[in-house]
Amino acid sequence: MKPFRYARARDPQEAVQMVAVDAAASFVAGGTTVLDLMKDDVERPSLLVDINGVAGRAIVRAGDEIAIAALARMSDVADDPEIAKHAPMVANALLQSASPQLRNMASIGGNLMQRTRCSYFRDIVAPCNKRRRGDGCSAIGGENRRHAIFGGSESCICVHASDLAVALAAADATIHTNGPGGTRAIQVSDFYLLPRDTPNVETALHHAELISSVTLSLDPALANSTYVKVRDRAQYEFALVSVAAGMEIVGGTIRAARIALGGVAPIPWRVPEAEAALVGRPATAASYREAAEIALAGARGCGGNDFKVALAANAVVRALEQIGSAA
Amino acid sequence: MNLPLVGAPHDRLDGPAKVTGRATYAADFSPAGLVHAVMVTSEIGNGRIVRIDDAETRRQDGVLAVLTHENARRMHPEGHGFAFALMLLQDDRIRYDRQPIAVVVAESFEQATYAASLLRTTYESEPPITRIEDSADRYTPEEIFDEPADVTRGNPDRAFAGAPVQFKATYSTPVEHHNPIEPSATIAEWEGERLTVHDSTQGVTNARKRLATVFGIPVSNVRVISPFLGGGFGCKGAVWSHVALAAMAARAVGRPVKLVLTRPQMFGSIGYRPRTIQSIALGADRDGRLSCIMHDVLSQTSTFDEFVEPSALVTKMLYAAKNVRTTHTLARVNAATPTFMRAPGEATGSFALESAMDELAYAVDIDPIELRLRNYAERDQSENKPFSSKSLRECYRIGAEKFGWSERDPKPRSMRNGRMLVGMGMATATYPTNRAAASAVVRMNEDGSVVVRSGTQDLGTGSYTVYAQVAAETLDIPIERVRLELGDTDLPPAPLSAGSMTAASVGSAVYEAASALRERLRKGEKAPIEARADAKPQEHERYSKHAFGAQFVRVEVDPDLGEVRVRRMVGAFAAGRILNAKTARSQYLGGMLWGIGMALHEVTRFDERTARIVTANLADYLVPVHADAPDMEAYIVEEEDPHVNPIGVKGIGEIGITGVAAAIANAVYHATGIRVRDLPIACEKLLR
Repeated sequence: MKPFRYARARDPQEAVQMVAVDAAASFVAGGTTVLDLMKDDVERPSLLVDINGVAGRAIVRAGDEIAIAALARMSDVADDPEIAKHAPMVANALLQSASPQLRNMASIGGNLMQRTRCSYFRDIVAPCNKRRRGDGCSAIGGENRRHAIFGGSESCICVHASDLAVALAAADATIHTNGPGGTRAIQVSDFYLLPRDTPNVETALHHAELISSVTLSLDPALANSTYVKVRDRAQYEFALVSVAAGMEIVGGTIRAARIALGGVAPIPWRVPEAEAALVGRPATAASYREAAEIALAGARGCGGNDFKVALAANAVVRALEQIGSAA
Repeated sequence: MNLPLVGAPHDRLDGPAKVTGRATYAADFSPAGLVHAVMVTSEIGNGRIVRIDDAETRRQDGVLAVLTHENARRMHPEGHGFAFALMLLQDDRIRYDRQPIAVVVAESFEQATYAASLLRTTYESEPPITRIEDSADRYTPEEIFDEPADVTRGNPDRAFAGAPVQFKATYSTPVEHHNPIEPSATIAEWEGERLTVHDSTQGVTNARKRLATVFGIPVSNVRVISPFLGGGFGCKGAVWSHVALAAMAARAVGRPVKLVLTRPQMFGSIGYRPRTIQSIALGADRDGRLSCIMHDVLSQTSTFDEFVEPSALVTKMLYAAKNVRTTHTLARVNAATPTFMRAPGEATGSFALESAMDELAYAVDIDPIELRLRNYAERDQSENKPFSSKSLRECYRIGAEKFGWSERDPKPRSMRNGRMLVGMGMATATYPTNRAAASAVVRMNEDGSVVVRSGTQDLGTGSYTVYAQVAAETLDIPIERVRLELGDTDLPPAPLSAGSMTAASVGSAVYEAASALRERLRKGEKAPIEARADAKPQEHERYSKHAFGAQFVRVEVDPDLGEVRVRRMVGAFAAGRILNAKTARSQYLGGMLWGIGMALHEVTRFDERTARIVTANLADYLVPVHADAPDMEAYIVEEEDPHVNPIGVKGIGEIGITGVAAAIANAVYHATGIRVRDLPIACEKLLR
């Protein structure tokens, strides 16, 4: 680990200023991801600016909207009764993430900024375009059981690590930021960027731009939602594949649908064609299977992960069945 | 022997020290002037070092020394037997991924770590071979544990050809790493030509001899201290490179040096369970009576040293069959040297044999327990000796009853819990009873307190407690008056804590020393008084000595997602006298739980292009977590064995894992109708 400086910011503006003046500075909240990356020498910040004191951890419902402070801990959100009631896929995604100890430390903003678990990315010995553009992608032609079946490029086939981000993508959540240029609101669908030939650029955030909150607009498809996560062991593992899904069902007919996949792409993978195919259809197993096939239509394995195509389709069906029967 | 305290579920005497942080593990000592070493390991798996640029490293604050093959002292790192060859910076050759190539010593751990990260090494890579299937460099080892590698009785080929029921299949197990929670750690300190080492080791006596050889100094010049371990499971059995490197670094800087392996380095130079490919052939009549068993094992070793995974040893004696052949072949690959890992041989071999027995049970349509009873070995046919005791029938009976085996409908895919497929499987557990020479001194002070001294070590299994029980009971005094001194070569010598033999070996020595002391007290001698015993096993064994058990498992399998979750495990074990029912139960449960990892989770994956391990951390190398632990029950089946050793114990450290992987694979077959013969049973193998 490279020696670094550490400082505490008192408010968001100070935090942004402190990081803005140093191109190698980073924010730290719970520290559960950045410290690991520093120990592995993947990230080598010159300065860590502690933002834990800059704002509160509140989760506030106002009308049809819930605002989650970026410093809320994963456990705060997972245990929040309004979230559990109005956006169960968000609570489910969090409860199936990490461990209780990590959830008590990790912030929502940090969760959204966590980096891929690709083992080549985290082993600085291996060539990785995400760490250094132009070095090559070791996962292509290497050990890629956990890698992408969607959205990869010749330079990167990693998958995004966050369960929460998948649920927020399906929920059409908005990420609010504070940066050197003022405040912004970014749709989750615009927040994460495909690797293309710049896998080192992962999000729409600029340097020193700080996530301040995440807002959810409540609707019936979000209220009737779930998160299915498939993995080798029962807990404390990143997804092999996961599905965040919500449906509004009226009189046995699907009125609206929300589906995003995790563990399959470098970004949370929303499948609008599959959602559209469900609308107006009866809430039946046949409809779910058809939607699942549409969702996986463009998927392509790269050897070790070929099984994910069928597995993800089954997971989509499972998620839709869970909320189909619950409705 | 009538020892009511022995066997009681006494709490661990070292428990309070451990939970309050007062127990001193190897890295917890701070000799005056202590400095810190960080090991730098290779980035490729096959090739040579062209250049190591240490200019930047040497410029850093606090750096005291950088050892590489260009400046390291000439050492004696050659391997012999289970003293495996060490990588002590003697040449530029890279033989495996994460081979030590340099040691950086600095005043602080942080300085050493950062300075080490600045070392720049240039390599010349050669294409590696990582899979035993691809290795043409194969041979039959001369021996395994003093036994021939290939053994035949009867005429198995002919018996197989004539068998009414013939079954053949190939099973495979992956490379697995031990990953005790405490990483390997060493503190080394020289005073002239005398070396003192605090090491996390399963054998202080053994480590002392090895270090003396490596440094070319008398054994009496080396002291090894290891009062507590956070688990070993085999990876702390042999002396590995980092121990000698710490001592080399201490000599180079003239100060005590601490070297602790990182978690990724725990996948480097401390051994692992090698990959195996095992072919099994069973010949039987239509009633399931075996006429022949053939078990051919291919396992991996390194390009420069030898370790044989003895998977087929179990097959020689487990079932009655007139015609048996077992063979072991090694394939050299570009990987570190493998080593013992909890139940080496039995864990991997029982997966193959006990899966095959389940497949045969289906082939002849006989209950798997009944099939095993029909082939029950009343004596050890491979050694042509009676068993000293064998209570396997009782294990099957008690295990089946506690588990509820009679509720099982044998038809695959016949049982469900809602959407989930339910499977029930079983397998036999077995482990040989070993013993080695061990010494102990028992001393009674004037105040009536007793000190037991032996150069054994407590891996976390409960040695401190069980020997106190043996001494207290033998001397007929309260256990509170007994204190133990273990884990130091200044104490009477004791064997490696391996092969589940410590209780039998050291327990016998403590018992004999305490008995001698009691006798002298009875004759009127007064404290302070001490007695020593140098206990040895018999040279000519009349009996074959093994512990046995039965494993029962209930799994649920998601038919669409392929997820396997173990819901219940019952193990019934007969292992002679149990010294402490509580620590014994922990040993059994720990082994069974590890069996879940072996069956479902654990696999070290290599990048075949570079021989680099890509799962060298506990996020990518999965082990069971709490949520994976099912309802578990371990039953102690009463067994008195007058022949096995003076205290009648058989050893319990390893049997708990044996058979579990097969029991789970058998349960998965019962649940799904899919037979998985390649571990781990990952979800993709169950998707249809």
